[in-house]
Amino acid sequence: MTTVAAPGPAVPLPKQRRPWVVLLAAAWRQGRTKIGLALVLLLVGCALIGPLFAPYSPTEFVGPPFEKPSADSPLGTDNLGRDVLSRFLWGGRSILALAVLSTVLGVALGVAVGLVAAYARNALDDVLMRAMDVILAFPQIVLALVAVATVGPKLWLLVLVVGITTAPRVARVVRGAALEVVERDFVHAAEGIGVPRTKILFGEVLPNVTSPLVVETSLRLTFSIALISALSFLGFGLQPPAADWGLMINENRLGLEIQPWGVVMPVIAIGLLTIGTSLVGDGFSRASIGIERGRAE
Amino acid sequence: MTAEAPVVEVDDLRVDVVEQGVDIVDEVCFQIGRGEVLGLVGESGSGKSTVGLALMGHTRRGARIVGGRILVDRREILKLPANEIRALRGRTVSYVPQDPASALNPAIRIGAQLEETLSAHNYGASRDERRERLDEMLDEVLLPRDEGFLARYPHQLSGGQQQRVGLAMAFACRPSVIVLDEPTTGLDVTTQAHVLDTVRDLCGVHHVAALYVSHDLAVVASLASRVAVMYAGRVVEQGPREALYHAAAHPYARRLIEAIPEMSGRHALVGIPGAAPRPGHRSSGCFFAPRCTYAVERCTQEFPPVERVGDRHEVRCYRKDDVLAEAKHGRKPAEQLGVLGPGDGLVSAQRVTASYGDREVLHDVSLAVKPQECLALVGESGSGKTTLARCISGLHREFTGDIELRGERLAPGARARGLKTRQEIQYVFQSPYSSLNPRRTVGQIVGQPLKLFFDLRRREVDARVAAMLDRVALGPTVVDRYPDQLSGGERQRVAIARALVCKPSLLICDEVTSALDVSVQAAIVQLLHALQLDMGLTMLFVTHNLPLVRSIAHRIVVMSDGRIVEFGPADRVLDAPQAEYTRKLLEAIPELEPARAGDGAPPAGG
Repeated sequence: MTTVAAPGPAVPLPKQRRPWVVLLAAAWRQGRTKIGLALVLLLVGCALIGPLFAPYSPTEFVGPPFEKPSADSPLGTDNLGRDVLSRFLWGGRSILALAVLSTVLGVALGVAVGLVAAYARNALDDVLMRAMDVILAFPQIVLALVAVATVGPKLWLLVLVVGITTAPRVARVVRGAALEVVERDFVHAAEGIGVPRTKILFGEVLPNVTSPLVVETSLRLTFSIALISALSFLGFGLQPPAADWGLMINENRLGLEIQPWGVVMPVIAIGLLTIGTSLVGDGFSRASIGIERGRAE
Repeated sequence: MTAEAPVVEVDDLRVDVVEQGVDIVDEVCFQIGRGEVLGLVGESGSGKSTVGLALMGHTRRGARIVGGRILVDRREILKLPANEIRALRGRTVSYVPQDPASALNPAIRIGAQLEETLSAHNYGASRDERRERLDEMLDEVLLPRDEGFLARYPHQLSGGQQQRVGLAMAFACRPSVIVLDEPTTGLDVTTQAHVLDTVRDLCGVHHVAALYVSHDLAVVASLASRVAVMYAGRVVEQGPREALYHAAAHPYARRLIEAIPEMSGRHALVGIPGAAPRPGHRSSGCFFAPRCTYAVERCTQEFPPVERVGDRHEVRCYRKDDVLAEAKHGRKPAEQLGVLGPGDGLVSAQRVTASYGDREVLHDVSLAVKPQECLALVGESGSGKTTLARCISGLHREFTGDIELRGERLAPGARARGLKTRQEIQYVFQSPYSSLNPRRTVGQIVGQPLKLFFDLRRREVDARVAAMLDRVALGPTVVDRYPDQLSGGERQRVAIARALVCKPSLLICDEVTSALDVSVQAAIVQLLHALQLDMGLTMLFVTHNLPLVRSIAHRIVVMSDGRIVEFGPADRVLDAPQAEYTRKLLEAIPELEPARAGDGAPPAGG
């Protein structure tokens, strides 16, 4: 027992941490976040620095088609006799880049639309959200196919169309979370002293919807990876002879019985990557629920 | 007390937060005899509701009763099996919750809910018998007994009626113990007065042992024969009502009484600096020691034991004799109000009619605020007082009529007004829990208007923020804190700092103390009063709390149903009210003063 007679709090207040640091720390405490992050890092590492370790060029012919694994080519050869391992190591970059870019675009659009709609609370809200509903009415892949079929297989078009079809999903989540925030008095206080509207949206409201937004972003990234891979499989992504995981699956599916590695490797990679991103998202979602619950008590 | 054994005996009760193993309440002992009302008083977080729930063998989620005994009718309820405890709740010990709106099931008709209470406890032999009891209950709580009323849903009832239904349910099975957990907190004063009358009658007629949990000492004074004061999970003093109010032996109880605004306005309102420690953050020794002016070395070492100072009057303080020795009426007299500035109207509203959509909530209201005056805008909920304040501040745009600042007409809506106008009129919101952005630090919150209104360098902004925080009695360490880590009172100081840093001519305070505890309320009012004197502020003080107004306002405007019903100097309105409505409002206010508190209390003993 202490004998200090000094007034003031006897137990020092816990160290103040920024809200997003609290969220990150809480997410890190979830086992699933660690596993998910490990998976994502593994595959991102594979895609980014893998090409440095590729034994051959992805377009070099090293043997007869569909040759079984050997000392020269550890995973065998593909339908045209190129090295599967080299093509696998080269083939992740495009999918990752396209998926990340389209998700960033989709989240940016979705956040803007969702915040404006929630703050407007008038006809503008209806117009924006009904427009989002129209996009939502079609499956993402159908819209992407229509766009690509009309304009042609351009990479910027893939990013644009996946981004635009991702936006409504983000917008709904952001609007839902922001509806409660815009009614709080600190928003009225900012209005009262005349803070510009954009500053209110992005300075006052946005920081209060970060938790659902982070969760939604990782979910959208998962879907974008799957969608980009599918479009690439259908031949609307990178064009041959470039190496790409989606494309590889398509090229090598005929030889699946003789030489499965050309299909199996990219399938495993895409599978693990999506599992990884959704585990991270799940970790954040559980963390933010935990924080909310802790605050309520 | 008679030789009869008490109905309720609580002995050394301890309730823990299960996860951390820290106590919410501990060492709680009290007894309630038949027909006796024990008032359990404390500020938020003191554990008073936890004790109330424990009487039913219940705790909130995440908490558990880990020690002590609770005897109800000589049965130890903590040792009963779960099904017997369930049978006991509602039948032997019943509970009236704070918020009747959320306690009643919104999808079931009132009649069905009342009947359910009886049938769930197998009360009465037949349906007819229950029906008869139901009618009796409705009469007792002064609700109509016709079918039309019973067929209504909870949302079709007023707040007062909902609480009467809650009371009817609690008294339905003729329990021997009843726990009332702040049953009148959400109600307007006039409704509160009626519900309190009903509670008093019911307790008297049925001779139940009642535990009345409340933060409002004045309400407790009008009802309870004995009072226990809780602080940070401990009962620090308990005794007969008169002894406690006139000769409190614990410094906290004393300070708490001094913090209550009184109608007469004879004494200064004195707040208690600091905040009550939360569970797990309590100091060694007496928990009140860090805020106590009497504290000595010994107080920080060990929690004082329970000691008797009078007939059934117990206190836990080492310095009880010194506290008692201090003159009983050694309270500071009320402070003087500031002198009014020249001129007759800084801000005026003329023929203002405001509406929300189709609903008109303000009808043709006119008033003027003089320079350096504190004008109080008083009324019950729905009177339109907040709407008027919001029209003036530019937060509400749907109004007709003129609002002028120094004779210049202001556009409706803050955005339509000039920078200078927005800077001159500042608004402090009711709830500091909602008015501060949880994702910004205190420094950013207070600095925001400075950056907007004045062209300042960063260093100058920081310096002004620090000076203002110092002015509202917050330490320099709060600058980097987020609102989450501050207490309610500290948050409201931040909100006041944010408004004052703009150097406003008019400060609008909208119910700024209603979300705060009494001791904090007093401190905030003290602060506003001091700031008004120093800075020559003009204030529009919106509140439903009439006694509070006496210590701060020059003039009072009383509003009801969107109209001004009375207007005049504070003393005149409070001492000689002209309007019928004001008189009713004043009569309904529970008072600590002996003249009023003396009558109407239930007979002590059984």
